[in-house]
Amino acid sequence: MSATVNPPNVFTQDELGWVSWIEPLPEAELTERHFAGLVDRARAKSEYFRLLVRDPEVLEARTKTDKDIFYNVADGLPRAERELAAAATSRYNGCIYCASVHARFASTYSRRRDDVQKLLDEGVGADLGERWNAVVKASVALAATPIAFGPDNIKELRQAGLDDAEIVDVINGASFFNWANRLMLSLGEPSK
Amino acid sequence: MTTPDIIDTLAGIKPGSALDAIRAKRLQARENAQKSYLSLFEPIDAGGFSLLERAAVATFVTGLHGESPVASFYRDKLAASAGGAALLEAIDVEIARGKTSGPYGSFPAGPLSIENTAGLIYRVSADRKPGLGARLTAALEHAHLLVFRPRDAASSDMKALLAAGWSTTGIVTFSQLVAFLSFQVRVVSGLRTLAAASA
Repeated sequence: MSATVNPPNVFTQDELGWVSWIEPLPEAELTERHFAGLVDRARAKSEYFRLLVRDPEVLEARTKTDKDIFYNVADGLPRAERELAAAATSRYNGCIYCASVHARFASTYSRRRDDVQKLLDEGVGADLGERWNAVVKASVALAATPIAFGPDNIKELRQAGLDDAEIVDVINGASFFNWANRLMLSLGEPSK
Repeated sequence: MTTPDIIDTLAGIKPGSALDAIRAKRLQARENAQKSYLSLFEPIDAGGFSLLERAAVATFVTGLHGESPVASFYRDKLAASAGGAALLEAIDVEIARGKTSGPYGSFPAGPLSIENTAGLIYRVSADRKPGLGARLTAALEHAHLLVFRPRDAASSDMKALLAAGWSTTGIVTFSQLVAFLSFQVRVVSGLRTLAAASA
């Protein structure tokens, strides 16, 4: 709710702020129930999380779902490609803020910053090589309404070397960003 | 009694199956997707967003994605809710009126404007507004935006919900519900597709 908002008009890997359109809870009013919802106490500094913590039970469950889908890399897809699924979904749905965060993570974990930037610049049709193309295409098909994800996506992911556990990580990561994008896009806006 | 895992139920994942084992490797995600469902549909406090409204919005949102086990599940939930049967016909008609293909919408003016895509700006039909009431009318219109053109969202949309009687906390829960369903319907669809491809 700050006075000066400077919204970006391109997809970027730069760090962006986010400004709420409706009133977050003031930090001073947070109780233990709210801190449980925030999961990480440091999130009390974030306007976004202090808005979502108005419903602490939903926020807590959402946050724990998010963390496991992205951070639990045991027996599954490398973190870089989960972040790619998140960035591609955000690029397709049009969430400049979410895309910035997860494009940065994808760059960090893959060390393929130029390819990630190509996704942001050219959009979800950018040619990023067989394996990444399959992940992006599957994420886009899942994001479409009606959902366009089908047997061809599974076939392409398998041809690109993903096993079923890794495909489930793509499904989870891409699906989760259909949740995240809608919150970020509709409750406030990014600011440079 | 513990509520059975809703994603497993809707995706047809049986205990002991290959997908059951894969989902078990992401136990925290599985358990918290379930807790998300429970905290949205069996909340501690439904004061800012009634159970009937939740079931009505869920029926609308999942119905907009087309027929599926998920859509049937929420439609049955609405039918079983107190006062729900009276809303079913109106929601069904509004689903039919609102169906389209997304995502579409506009980007902030600039280089991305060439990617702007026009599409349906859905409004509840005048005939059904009195039966649905101001709160549900505003909710369905905003839910349609969230489903199909989330990048069109603007601060004025928040003002419209507040003006229709939604509290700030009610808006947060309502937004979470629509966004969660956008996740749930995709996970179920993806897992079903994978199961079918492995059969």
